[in-house]
Amino acid sequence: MKTALKMSAVLAACCVALPATAQEVSSEKLDAVIEAAFANASADVKNRIYQDETQAVCSKYRDNPPDELWDAVLEREQANIAYPESDVLMGDWQVAMKEANNGYGWRIGDDKPGRVVGGNCYACHQLAPDEVAYGNLGPSLTGYGKDRVIDDQLIKATYDKIYNAQAVLPCSQMPRFGANGFLTPEQVADYVAMLLSPDSPVNE
Amino acid sequence: MLQPTYRFRISTWLTASAFVIAGTNAALSESALDKYHEMLSDPFSNPAWFAVDRGEELWNTGLQDCDLGLGPGVVEGAYAQMPRYFEDAGRVMDADTRIAWCRETLQGIPFAQSAGQAFSDKGKFSEMQDLTAFVAAQSEDMPIQIPMDHAKEKEAVAIGEELFYRRASYLDYSCATCHGNTGSRIRLQELSQMTDPEQAGAVMASWPTYRVSHETVRTTRTSWCRDGILADVSGQPRDCPDDAAPHVGLSLANASSRYRVWI
Ligand code: HEC
Ligand code: HEC
Repeated sequence: MKTALKMSAVLAACCVALPATAQEVSSEKLDAVIEAAFANASADVKNRIYQDETQAVCSKYRDNPPDELWDAVLEREQANIAYPESDVLMGDWQVAMKEANNGYGWRIGDDKPGRVVGGNCYACHQLAPDEVAYGNLGPSLTGYGKDRVIDDQLIKATYDKIYNAQAVLPCSQMPRFGANGFLTPEQVADYVAMLLSPDSPVNE
Repeated sequence: MLQPTYRFRISTWLTASAFVIAGTNAALSESALDKYHEMLSDPFSNPAWFAVDRGEELWNTGLQDCDLGLGPGVVEGAYAQMPRYFEDAGRVMDADTRIAWCRETLQGIPFAQSAGQAFSDKGKFSEMQDLTAFVAAQSEDMPIQIPMDHAKEKEAVAIGEELFYRRASYLDYSCATCHGNTGSRIRLQELSQMTDPEQAGAVMASWPTYRVSHETVRTTRTSWCRDGILADVSGQPRDCPDDAAPHVGLSLANASSRYRVWI
């Protein structure tokens, strides 16, 4: 299971390069360096520099953790998924389609109350076929819902992936949008609709 | 890649994102890029020249005795041999850090004040950036030779390498997320693969750089901070670490010992 998942991750990200040399620096030393570097930083910045357990494991093993830690990440992240109060996991694709192009949100010192935080999926994925400015760190999602049976199981799986990419693939390069509080559960549901709804330009 | 003449490199990143916004096609972007290149290689219209001139003036009013690693007052070639360990400070410093240190020790300008000035805004100069541009310009076309003898220098490289893989903040990014792959793009922007010494070297050798859409000179410090150890893809250059940047910089610069400085 792990190997298969990893293979697909490597393929998706296309050729993850391994470092030429692996040098050992203790985690304590690294933490001390970071802490000293940000000693006078604002509370917001300080809040960003400390790692959660999953980030620490992925960093330490350069996104390739040993089996038992791999399983531990999966378990921890699967427990770290919340759903909209309404329980509606298919939201509004029109909202998400717009926000998939929006890179605003959680910038240091630049949080404008009321401004919508975007998922910026285009930074890494191809989505609607007529948008040419897409990145390729992630696989193309064009036609993601096409020719698929859109049942509750697929909807939930898609929701879970967007909410917490690492609940599916430990140390994925994709942000844990919901789990990190970057997007709300309702927003995640909108992105689900963007990927699965037959009316969405993604599935044109 | 080697540029015999003085030349600030143009930012393809910002040009590319400008075109994304404009929604125009690649052909147009290339001709516009050509025009910028023309302008930037002309010493009379490349605004970076003015930064160097301003930096020289600042240097000559109080920093003449600053030791950039090659002895007090020696500027020529110094940028190509940094970051390095400085005995008097007891730590590894990159060019920006060293300049700020000299400003403090020679001119009494608090280090924090210099660090807070690491960026210029449109139409507002940063003395730190001007000084770095001046210092870098005195290493034009010289091979990058980081000393790498001192234990602290070796340690800094090791730390820099670990930091490259350190994931944090709301988007879980590390530098490797974006710069660890071959042929990757964010939007239309090609990402340099910094785990490849050749590409890392080319990058390190091309800073400071003149970024058109910022209308100002940017130093490596800016870039580290923009992407950040905090690594928010859309982050603005604010709240920069004083100290982590040199470690990363050293790590990359070390990979580039075969390259030459051209700016
Ligand atoms: C930083 C890059 C990045 C961003 C931004 C990003 N993703 Fe991803 N995404 C990836 C990568 C890499 C993968 C492949 C590895 C994996 O499955 O985790 C992926 C995988 C996926 C998958 C699984 C595809 C499959 O094979 O079934 C979905 C669905 C997805 N992303 C949706 C989204 C959505 C929706 C957004 C915007 C809210 C988004 N992604 C933003 C990098 C990104
Ligand atoms: C989410 C993606 C992302 C992350 C994470 C990221 N960068 Fe970048 N970086 C970019 C983009 C996009 C550019 C502009 C394209 C380019 O020049 O390669 C860039 C440019 C750079 C450049 C200038 C490259 C050049 O050609 O002049 C440097 C240096 C750099 N990044 C270093 C880092 C470091 C160090 C880190 C980690 C602290 C980091 N980046 C993290 C996306 C990222």
